Amino acid sequence: MKIWFLVVVQIITTAASDLLQSHEMKRVGAQSVSARGMAHMLHLLVERRWLLLSIVSLAISFFAFMALVQIAPLSFAVPASAASFIVETVLAKFWLKEKVGPTRIVGACLVLCGVVLLGQ
Amino acid sequence: MRKYRTYLWLLLFLGMRAGGNLSLAWGTKHFPQTLAANPLVYLRSMLDPFVAGGIIMLILAMLAQLALLSVADLSFFLPVTSVGYVIAALSGRFFLNEAVSLQRWLAVGLIFAGAVLVSRTPQNTTAAVETAPLEVSE
Repeated sequence: MKIWFLVVVQIITTAASDLLQSHEMKRVGAQSVSARGMAHMLHLLVERRWLLLSIVSLAISFFAFMALVQIAPLSFAVPASAASFIVETVLAKFWLKEKVGPTRIVGACLVLCGVVLLGQ
Repeated sequence: MRKYRTYLWLLLFLGMRAGGNLSLAWGTKHFPQTLAANPLVYLRSMLDPFVAGGIIMLILAMLAQLALLSVADLSFFLPVTSVGYVIAALSGRFFLNEAVSLQRWLAVGLIFAGAVLVSRTPQNTTAAVETAPLEVSE
């Protein structure tokens, strides 16, 4: 029971965090792969309010994950978090206005089947 | 150039995420107290070198993820990085000696198959002007 509670908390906070990050970073623009790029990203975290909120969300998600990984197998805990992907793809389409083609929909359905099977 | 950069961030993200998860799992499973709502227990567990190392690697993974999201769509990022679920199942099986049932392997396989399908679509569908000529020239 505690395992499922932790899984649900993790999924909700992960989805919130990823969506906020994607939303904000698109507005920032492309980043370079370098030490300077990494430093710039740390600066952005402080500057952008929604990005900061996404980090708070991520922190809650992380503490739930720590507690989960302590009591559940890693081979369950990590794939179980894939459930957030379903929530996020739907929201990416309708809120972030990303185009989701037929290939992606079939792929997303396979991921959904995998998550359901994992839960049994 | 943009494509190369995207895959470099992706590789960094996957490596740090896998290593971080493994180190964190090892550390917390060998930690004597149960992690609950008490923040003090969390703080104490972070003194464990495996837990601390795992957290550092996961922080690096998070920074790589932010960079990745600046060049690729969320609906590209999410499926592609779910290869990490397979890596996690493998590291659970071989490094932590977890018993992984056939059903769980099948579940992980389905998640991976879905990921491969989705990753064959374009990286960025809401792209700004900058990307358009680059994508064509490839």
